[in-house]
Amino acid sequence: MKKVITVKDLKTIYGDKVVHDGLNLSINEGEIYGLLGPSGCGKTTLLRKMVMLEEVGSGHIDILGYNIGNISQKDSQKLRENWGVLFQFGALFSSLTLAQNVARPLVEYTNLSKDMIDEIVKFKLHIVGLKQSDANLFPSQISGGMKKKAALARALAMDPKLLFLDEPTSGLDPISAREFDKLILKLRELFNLTIVMVSHDMKSIKDTLDRFAIIDNKKIIYEGSLEGITKIKSDFVDKFFKEENE
Amino acid sequence: MNEKKCLCKLAIKDGKTTLYIKGSLTIHNITTCKNEIGSYNDIAVINLQDVEAIDSAGALFIKTLSTNDTTFLISKDEISQTLNLVRVDFKDDISFIDKKTFLEKIGIWANKKYIFLTQILNFIGILFIKKISLFFNLRNFRYKEILYEINQSGIKAMGIVALTSFLVGAVVAYQSAMQLKLYGANIFIVDMLGISILRELAPMITAIVIAGRSGSSYTAEIGAMKITEELDAMRTMGFDPYFYLVIPRIIALIISLPILIFVADISGIFGGMLVSNSELDISFTLFMDRFVEVVDIKHFTIGEIKGPFFAFLITTISIYRGFMVKDDTQSIGKNTTKSVVESIFAVIMCDALFSVIFTNLGL
Repeated sequence: MKKVITVKDLKTIYGDKVVHDGLNLSINEGEIYGLLGPSGCGKTTLLRKMVMLEEVGSGHIDILGYNIGNISQKDSQKLRENWGVLFQFGALFSSLTLAQNVARPLVEYTNLSKDMIDEIVKFKLHIVGLKQSDANLFPSQISGGMKKKAALARALAMDPKLLFLDEPTSGLDPISAREFDKLILKLRELFNLTIVMVSHDMKSIKDTLDRFAIIDNKKIIYEGSLEGITKIKSDFVDKFFKEENE
Repeated sequence: MNEKKCLCKLAIKDGKTTLYIKGSLTIHNITTCKNEIGSYNDIAVINLQDVEAIDSAGALFIKTLSTNDTTFLISKDEISQTLNLVRVDFKDDISFIDKKTFLEKIGIWANKKYIFLTQILNFIGILFIKKISLFFNLRNFRYKEILYEINQSGIKAMGIVALTSFLVGAVVAYQSAMQLKLYGANIFIVDMLGISILRELAPMITAIVIAGRSGSSYTAEIGAMKITEELDAMRTMGFDPYFYLVIPRIIALIISLPILIFVADISGIFGGMLVSNSELDISFTLFMDRFVEVVDIKHFTIGEIKGPFFAFLITTISIYRGFMVKDDTQSIGKNTTKSVVESIFAVIMCDALFSVIFTNLGL
């Protein structure tokens, strides 16, 4: 299997607080990969480093063959067109309607005609489960669940190979959360996406993830699928996984 | 509230110090209880058999009284559970009050200022690099946003700028009319108003109004976008916030501030003209004739030249402040205040600098 992302010896230090002390992980093409761990363990920091919002610092992160610690302006722009990011609260541009939000990357990066862009926007809104009548609403007029769906549609606008999700089901009611899980699985099937997500939602972890890494105490204590987890001894794993099975 | 009382008794039984507590031991009555006990040596036995209820504060109070060798007499299960709950060792014994010495405080303050200075230099540095690359890549030039911003911060501000300048012109004319009348030097009001308004007052008033009006809105807008992660979303999509948000605003204000200064010139002089007419009997025609005669064009040009500089200062400071907003809502307010104060200060500094330069150049 082809590796899409590899992280090697990643260290993160804020002031005198060590967040990561030598992280190693690799994510294969076409898999749904989770980053788990107790709160404050630096999952989101790792995700932010992967999407180049924060400096890599010490260590290496390779994404789609580019070493993002040492990347030219041009390559980084190319990379950004090849991934989509879904933020925890959607982060839709508040001055644009949903349709304009989804259309934005297409307008900027492609020379498609307006009609074609409209078609693509309609399709993307449809696959994430939004009604066409919602397209002209502004982000302030819709619910949290719809915001996430719309933000997902925007992340998918350029047909990326790679999708980063920051807590996709947090803040959703259980029904919407399960729908969102199904949506993620469906999207993977449709577009052969590689998906990296940070999640706390046990149900979503069980249903969607192929493999995951658990970060605890500055290091990765486990990387693999749900089956192998019982062998691991750690407070977090005991509390998080085993109580669930009781 | 119907508070249940508690009764504490310290006694020595069989040579052992024994504390007997009766009633309910809660957050409301532990202080009374403590006073009742008074001073004590090591308490060997704590008798809680007659205690009806205990809360976590009460349990912590018991914990402070007991030592490792203390024996507890407990009848109820809940009580022992509550006691066990608080029997955790707080591993790192951190005191909450962080006392800093005077020197430390100075150091922290100086370090903060130093970091602020380096950060704003960094910001301006990035800005110039982006600006230079902008000229090689005109596709990135955001005409629509620039026009929108000119409308927002230029056209819509005309009314307030004109009104403020009109009033200042009238006030200055009023005050000087009294003095000039004394010497019979009525006509010199034209020279005075012409030079002071065109050179100094109009640009300053415009810049201050715009710093309060547009500067604060830039900070708040960009700060809010930072909190909602919109800026991060833009970055991950490869939309450089500098191109989309910063440069259009800077260019828009650089274009619109000189126009606003022109408007302020006109209305300021007009205000002065009205007052000269009513107070000093200088007719409009006479005023204009004298104005053309004595007020050189250079005064107008100098006032206009200041415009783009003021615009640059106001936008860079207010946008920089917007970027500095942290992930909490309070910091929007804090940074907006700072942005207005700092940009007005910077404008006045810059104006003083211009005065020195122009005087030395003999202009």
